Amino acid sequence: MELDVSILSRLQFAFTVSFHIIFPSITIGLATLIAIWEGLWLKTGNPQYLQLAKFWIKPFAITFGMGVVSGIVLSYEFGTNFSKFSEMAGAVIGPLMAYEVLTAFFLEAGFLGVMLFGWQRVSAKMHFFATVTVAVGTWISAFWIIAANSWMQTPQGHQFVDGKFEVVSWMEVIFNPSMPYRFFHMLLAAFITATFVVMATHAWYLRKGQHIDFGRKGLSMTLWIALVLTPLQAWVGDLHGLNVKEHQPVKLAAMEGIWAEKEANVPLLLFALPDMKAEKNHYEVAVPGLASLILTHSWDGELQGLKSVPAADRPNVPMVFFSFRVMVGIGMLMIGVALLGAYLRWRGTLYQSNWFLWPVSFMAPTGIIAVLAGWYVVEIGRQPWIIYGLVRTSEVVSPLPAERVLFSLTLFVLTYSLLFGVYLYFMRKLIKKGPAPVDHLQQQRIGVKASGYALSFTKTLATDAETSNSPATDPKGAN
Amino acid sequence: MELELSVSLFYLLLLGFAILMYVLLDGFDLGMGILYPWFNSDAEHDHLMRSVAHVWDGNETWLVFGGVILFGAFPAAYAAIASTFYLPIVLMLIGLIFRGVAFEYRFKSDTSKKYWNTAFAIGSSLAAFCQGLMLGTLVQGVPADFIDQSSFSWLSPFSLFCGLAVMAGYALLACCYLVMKSRGELQHKAARYGQRLLLIVMLSMLLVSLWTVWIEPQIRVRWFGGWHALWLIPLPLLSVLAARLLFRDLGRVNRCHQAETAVQQRHEARPFWLAATLFLLAFVGLLISVFPYLLPRQLTYLEAAAPDSSLMFMLPGIFIFLPLICAYTLWGYKIFAGKIEDYQEGY
Repeated sequence: MELDVSILSRLQFAFTVSFHIIFPSITIGLATLIAIWEGLWLKTGNPQYLQLAKFWIKPFAITFGMGVVSGIVLSYEFGTNFSKFSEMAGAVIGPLMAYEVLTAFFLEAGFLGVMLFGWQRVSAKMHFFATVTVAVGTWISAFWIIAANSWMQTPQGHQFVDGKFEVVSWMEVIFNPSMPYRFFHMLLAAFITATFVVMATHAWYLRKGQHIDFGRKGLSMTLWIALVLTPLQAWVGDLHGLNVKEHQPVKLAAMEGIWAEKEANVPLLLFALPDMKAEKNHYEVAVPGLASLILTHSWDGELQGLKSVPAADRPNVPMVFFSFRVMVGIGMLMIGVALLGAYLRWRGTLYQSNWFLWPVSFMAPTGIIAVLAGWYVVEIGRQPWIIYGLVRTSEVVSPLPAERVLFSLTLFVLTYSLLFGVYLYFMRKLIKKGPAPVDHLQQQRIGVKASGYALSFTKTLATDAETSNSPATDPKGAN
Repeated sequence: MELELSVSLFYLLLLGFAILMYVLLDGFDLGMGILYPWFNSDAEHDHLMRSVAHVWDGNETWLVFGGVILFGAFPAAYAAIASTFYLPIVLMLIGLIFRGVAFEYRFKSDTSKKYWNTAFAIGSSLAAFCQGLMLGTLVQGVPADFIDQSSFSWLSPFSLFCGLAVMAGYALLACCYLVMKSRGELQHKAARYGQRLLLIVMLSMLLVSLWTVWIEPQIRVRWFGGWHALWLIPLPLLSVLAARLLFRDLGRVNRCHQAETAVQQRHEARPFWLAATLFLLAFVGLLISVFPYLLPRQLTYLEAAAPDSSLMFMLPGIFIFLPLICAYTLWGYKIFAGKIEDYQEGY
């Protein structure tokens, strides 16, 4: 088989970016949760919140580290593997990424050190500020990278000069038609992903009968959050779908499995096997008219189908079709869990219902799978275009010898597989170890803001004095 | 060579600033990994890693910043450089990945600690070596057919030597940083290694300078062709002076240890600044040699510059956020000032 450098470069980018997105999806939400817990701890003085924050900061740290190292790869991969794209669209994408680095990456990195290691070096309020800054940094970062991605999906505000894109209006480029929907959809997805990672862990503790108070607090909070966010996400997702219908009708046709050039009264396919050669679906299981109703708000609304464009301009239909169903399926499951949890809470049996806790404790990866599936819909669905309707992906790869890309792809696959195993191992290890006891956390806080050589000495003294009296419960007393 | 004040020139200087910041900051941080094999006990390794654990992420961000400034302001150069240096970049990234995750996993490991030690040492060294390799190639210039990216133009005796020289330079920065961050036997060791590395670095700088002047007629003309060369004489002179002072300061630290007296605080901090000055001077020398090229003899910064609409758009962001970034980065270093062993840190 002849090696095709275009396929290899695309595979490598798909692989490295898929690996990367796992980690920010968790850290965006987890940073926010940790900031909330720390804020609640400062406000109420309830050490349980400190315990939550200090426990989850460890999984957060390793996840963040994985996100950083896999992210640096991407910032160079545009140039290494898609040099023609970089040259052509660099004037649009580059500045957006420069703003991402200026307003988000440095901010996150600058305050992460204080957030992780600064517990004894700054005041509790300053530490909270650092945590909030890291969280906000993750949102800002998402904003810019989604703006860049969305411009490639629904480009506007540019002109084409000498074979290169030039920006006419930055407002139009940044706030392009799909950007707001994609941004809120992704931000919510990240919050939900982290919520389910936390929820599953706390359900696991309860099921095992370990760290009961800790387990309950976390489960209770995350179920409340899921109850609000998951239905909201369904609504935002629906709006996003309408936006796709408007601006990328062929992608929508692939998502829904619509072949005819124009179709009215379109059924909602629960299952089907799309066949790209025969240009039709096999084994359809459908609800008549429902897709039309959802997407046009009328039973006999018309939708554009795949055959409205030549076969060369269509994406890989089965991959888009199934990815979309995986994402929606997981979304529905999450809404179900949130509602069931609320019902059990109302009945007062939430923490005893092992039949509920047991499946929930396996739901940690569901958010990540949904995020990946969602991004496959976005990214495979827009093919063969890299800049929708304007530039084809196959035209902009670097003219590298295929063997070299095969070598780097192999290297990335080996490295990332190894690291992913290691990541799971350490996540498991941290979770099995469980949180530090509440009174131990109180002791650690002695010595806050002190500095200099005498610190460790006074710390030991103060800790001894503290434990011989009574374990302090007021964290402000430690200052 | 005419120097026209333009917004592209500003971006060229900004790119230089980003690279210099990266080299200085990630330099001492990668240098820890390069020095790693010369420290043997677990406690020493702990100390080395803990002295940079809170800043490595921020330091590496300068690499991303350099990359995106190149991407946004000089897209043609970003495309050409990144795809020409495909293999060194990929290897550098793999190195950075292994040494980056080692920070997180080493402190949480029991049985696998030795693997993370290896990952940190080899990853850091590989990344530094690849950076030196690319630097060497850039100075030496790539052949006219660099578009044919099957070339291995980055592989030459000169570029390999530059790879090793950059490793020595980073290790020197790390030694100077360690002098600030430790006391006792470790500080003594760092100062001793620092002196030796300084000699290696100075020799390498001399050799690289002579080599470039010898192989590149254009660079020779720039440094020795005419009266303007007089303006350049301070550069090598100041370098020698900085090196002399650095050697003396490190020696003082050593003598204090032998005499078992306390090291004065200014002698602990000054080596790092002197080493940084040395790097700054070398970097300015490099810029003089390659200006106005981004990809020497192939692509100048003016040819590669993005349209004004993009350059102007980034300006407010740079003027507002870059000072802020410098401020809070400094604040971060201030918070963690002092010796590592005085804090029982962790999270």
